[in-house]
Amino acid sequence: MIRTLAKSIREYKRDSILTPLFMMGEVILEVFITYMLADLIDLGVNAGDVGYTVRRGMLLIGCAALSLLCGALSGRFGAVASTGFARNLRQDMYYNVQTFSFENIDKFSTAGLITRLTTDVVNVQHAYMMLIRIAVRSPLMLLFSLIMAFRINPRIATVFLCATPVLAGGIYLIMSHAHPVFERVFHTYDKLNAVVQENLRGIRVVKAFVREDHEKEKFTNVSGSIFRDMSRAQKTIAFNMPLMQACMYTCILLASWLGANMIVSDTMTTGQLMSILTYAGGILTSLMMLSMVFMMMVISRASAERIAEVLNEKTAIRNPEEPLYEVRDGSIEFKDVAFRYGEGRNCLNDISLRIESGETIGIIGGTGSGKTSLVQLIPRLYDAGEGSVLVGGRDVREYDLDTLRNAVSMVLQKNELFSGTVAENLRWGNEEATLEEMRRVCRVAQADGFISALPDGYDSEVEQGGANFSGGQKQRLCIARALLKKPKILILDDSTSAVDTATDASIRSAFRSEMPEVTKLIIAQRISSVQDADRIIVMDNGRIADFGTHDELMERCSIYIEVYESQQKGGDFDE
Amino acid sequence: MSRQQGPKGPGGRRPLNPQDLKNIGENSKKTIKRLLGLLRPYRARLGLVFLCILISAGAGILGSMFTRILIDDHITPLIGQADPDFSGLIKALATMGCIYLAGMLSTFIYNRLMVTVSQGTMKGVRDQLFDHMQTLPIGYFDSNTHGDLMSRYTNDTDTLQQMLSQSIPQLMNSGITIIGVLCAMVYTSPLLTILMLLTVWPMMKVSGFVAGNSSKYFSQYQEALGDANGYIEEMINGQKVVNVFCYEGRAKQRFDGKNEALRKNCSDAHVYSNILMPILANLAHVQYVLLAIVGGIMAIKGVGGMKIGVLASFLQLSKSFNMPINQLSQQLNSIVMALAGAERIFDLMDQPSEIDQGKVVLVNAVKKGDTLEETDRRTGVWAWKKPDGELVEVKGEVRLTDVDFGYVPEKTVLHDVTLYAKPGQKIAFVGSTGAGKTTITNLINRFYEIQDGVITYDGIDVRDIKKDDLRHSLGMVLQEVNLFTGTVRDNIRYGNLEATDEEVERAAKLANAHEFIMRLPKGYDTMLEGDGSGLSQGQRQLLSIARAACEDAPVMILDEATSSIDTRTESIVQSGMDKLMSGRTVFVIAHRLSTVQNSNAIMVLEKGRIIERGDHDDLIAARGKYYTLYTGLQA
Repeated sequence: MIRTLAKSIREYKRDSILTPLFMMGEVILEVFITYMLADLIDLGVNAGDVGYTVRRGMLLIGCAALSLLCGALSGRFGAVASTGFARNLRQDMYYNVQTFSFENIDKFSTAGLITRLTTDVVNVQHAYMMLIRIAVRSPLMLLFSLIMAFRINPRIATVFLCATPVLAGGIYLIMSHAHPVFERVFHTYDKLNAVVQENLRGIRVVKAFVREDHEKEKFTNVSGSIFRDMSRAQKTIAFNMPLMQACMYTCILLASWLGANMIVSDTMTTGQLMSILTYAGGILTSLMMLSMVFMMMVISRASAERIAEVLNEKTAIRNPEEPLYEVRDGSIEFKDVAFRYGEGRNCLNDISLRIESGETIGIIGGTGSGKTSLVQLIPRLYDAGEGSVLVGGRDVREYDLDTLRNAVSMVLQKNELFSGTVAENLRWGNEEATLEEMRRVCRVAQADGFISALPDGYDSEVEQGGANFSGGQKQRLCIARALLKKPKILILDDSTSAVDTATDASIRSAFRSEMPEVTKLIIAQRISSVQDADRIIVMDNGRIADFGTHDELMERCSIYIEVYESQQKGGDFDE
Repeated sequence: MSRQQGPKGPGGRRPLNPQDLKNIGENSKKTIKRLLGLLRPYRARLGLVFLCILISAGAGILGSMFTRILIDDHITPLIGQADPDFSGLIKALATMGCIYLAGMLSTFIYNRLMVTVSQGTMKGVRDQLFDHMQTLPIGYFDSNTHGDLMSRYTNDTDTLQQMLSQSIPQLMNSGITIIGVLCAMVYTSPLLTILMLLTVWPMMKVSGFVAGNSSKYFSQYQEALGDANGYIEEMINGQKVVNVFCYEGRAKQRFDGKNEALRKNCSDAHVYSNILMPILANLAHVQYVLLAIVGGIMAIKGVGGMKIGVLASFLQLSKSFNMPINQLSQQLNSIVMALAGAERIFDLMDQPSEIDQGKVVLVNAVKKGDTLEETDRRTGVWAWKKPDGELVEVKGEVRLTDVDFGYVPEKTVLHDVTLYAKPGQKIAFVGSTGAGKTTITNLINRFYEIQDGVITYDGIDVRDIKKDDLRHSLGMVLQEVNLFTGTVRDNIRYGNLEATDEEVERAAKLANAHEFIMRLPKGYDTMLEGDGSGLSQGQRQLLSIARAACEDAPVMILDEATSSIDTRTESIVQSGMDKLMSGRTVFVIAHRLSTVQNSNAIMVLEKGRIIERGDHDDLIAARGKYYTLYTGLQA
């Protein structure tokens, strides 16, 4: 895991090495300054030697300046290194995600990927800065302070040496008690957020059913359990400070007693006693800091692991060695295809069919019958488990991926528009499209009318997720976007469900007149959307139940007839 | 909410901008006052905390003076004595030990007390926030994004908690220490104190400059982070579209720009915060040396009665003075952030609640001949009880007379709507998106307040009916189904807590939901999570119908779903809806022909007005808007 992440340091290696080096310089100078300050008092001020005081003083000011420089540089390099590292991590993950196939995305889930790219990176960034700064500083400080203490007086220094494991053990005990409680509180926080989120989303239901009091009670329960757990954890943590003080004060008292005896028996000076007590402070504070670093590392380990997972993920769909860069025509053929998602049950079985270039094919069938799975194999969003899918007479796995996907335009069931202008969204299909081209495809998709009616026309802003457009408008924009690619094959996966019947019919008639050479696959729930297609595929339970014209199916296919009749009765009364 | 977000919550954090910082200055006094108000219940505890911090800080100050006293009074006199008497030293050490012990105990006590104070206050804030949010009108939720509201519960409360549990005690401690040490310094040497304060001033200047830059860059960093995270969120959500359109290259390009901006701002912010400490620490060293030199010269030359011993103790004190100043400067940033958070929390708490001046309440009743009598048990007969005690049977007659409405006062979206539904009648609304169908239904249950006209329910103005009771008498099936974490049974019982298991099952059967529920792993006790994410769209709709059936209200408001579910499921949902509608007054926003055909009256809406009304045959004969919609011939 560490090796995977370390690869992203790259150009920030220099900064990452310089940070601890300068930190080391700062620590050494700081210890040195403390040492010299004692001399300044003992040999300068106390001895009444003005010349010495001034000389030493100037030297000390020089040292302080140097120490400041080291500290500032270490701080700068540390900031550059850690934020640069974070940038590279984000970039490496994002670039890798761009190579992901649908299968990889499903595996991580979008929410999971977003957390990794945002919260987790920030956590690792903080941990990395701690690692190259504080994790270097504290042990060094501890070591040098101990060395200096030993140089002044080994007996008193031994007292400090004994106090260290006591404090370390105490901190460990406190942390190991508090940590599991903190972990639990994190989960409770999630629950609290879930309650709030649920309420925000369902506020109309809450109000319509007059359940405010019940929701309050639910919330109070969760907030109460946060209160209890947080109090418990923090009350445990509250032992930290007094423990630290206990060690510190005991050291001071013991050192004073031992020191006094030694001073009286003339084996130590008062100045030495003063400075050794200063080192005691340094030793114990660094130990405290070290425990904080330790905590931080533990917390961010989970984040680092999650990031490594994304970095190590290899895309399931790859370009072939010598790819084809041209798709001959829009013919499609399935040969004995079977397919399943991950380890699940096969959701497509024994699929064999041939579609000629330029045909319009309707696809109909119940939820989970495999309609979407079937068409997703054509632009190689997933690879078939068995058998082969051919486009333009060649196996889809032989094509360059971009070439194939540019030739096969698909409008997904879950439509996504992005923040930006209408034109920017349309240009996803073709970066260089002119306004005239955009208008042409929008006329086909019956979107030109409402776009032109907007105050800013094609330059109107689209909010995130297309929130400022109605479902039907969004669907028409998505169709237009797909048309702009000038595809050889066009796939609409239930893409007109929110469009009214009349407009739906206009779109299909425009398809016929404007782009007769394009192979069109239309998945729909409404028979009316597919009944004028050249042929219709009826899917049932992952198999092709029937394949023929509307009239043929009306004669022989019971599923088709059943659907047809139920819709005749129920009818549709949309907008 | 996913686990990873931990206490930080979702990325809904709104970055601080310069305007915020300015407002903080203007409003901080008010905010601080209110915060103190929140702390009022803990007055006694906080007093004790203050006392403990006083002791703890005092022990610290005494400790920093202790060594010098020890050396001067108890060690130096013993030097050179043949038979030194250590009893004075032991006594001094013992005294100091006791003081230290008192300090430790106080530290422990105030730390524990602060836990209760800060966590208790946080619980209070959260509960108040949520309680108040429940009373806000629907309009408030329309005009604020969920992310923004969520962040009050997450980021804003977090920063507030940080401030309460860390900044406040730290502030007290530092303040007391500074004052204590300052007093000790003045007592030791007023002259040196003045000298010292002269050097403190440039130090404060420098640290103020660095801290100022740091917080400026931090707010820029927050903004860049919000921007980058927003982009990541949007693109990852649409990653499948990116794949389909081979948009990877362009997506990377834009990402790189935002990522680099984020790095730069983040780096700048951290550079400043990283160099603050070395600057302060080393300036303190310089100050120490300067004091030593000047004081030393003064002592040796005998200027101002300076003595070496005095100088030495003063220098010791100066070390204790700088530490709390450093701590104070570090706390400043988090206090500013917390105040901004507190303001946003208070802003939500200050939003006006829904108006409810209704006095007519819903009661159970029994019929005795022609008269009604109130009762406590559930009878299936409901009555409106007016303030004067008069009982009116709930029949479900709803009338709208000359109703005008706008979401904002300047823009009326419904004009002169007049319609009525007699008990048991079915009224269908049809019309294009934005014609005002949903708006009308939202006025009946008073999600929004009408501007003009009147709506009556069984002859009573709905504004005179207590809101909760009005809503209890109106069942709702919304187009977008929202389920809650809990069992299937809990969800069906949502509108009627008193429903028995049999009643729940009966409602599920009526809604055609029983069958699929029985196929779930634990039947009615299956846990639903994340808005019923394990269920299909059709199943969720069936549950929503069952929920309304269980509430069993005399008037139903239904919004037929348009989302595509397969035909078989759809016919099951449809028949569930039909059963729910029978025998009640129903307002239905219709998308299906069969629903419209079976209605007693159809209202065709366009641009907030009823343009046609009548039953199916009338409207077909009229050959108007309805006719074009029906025949689907409109171009």
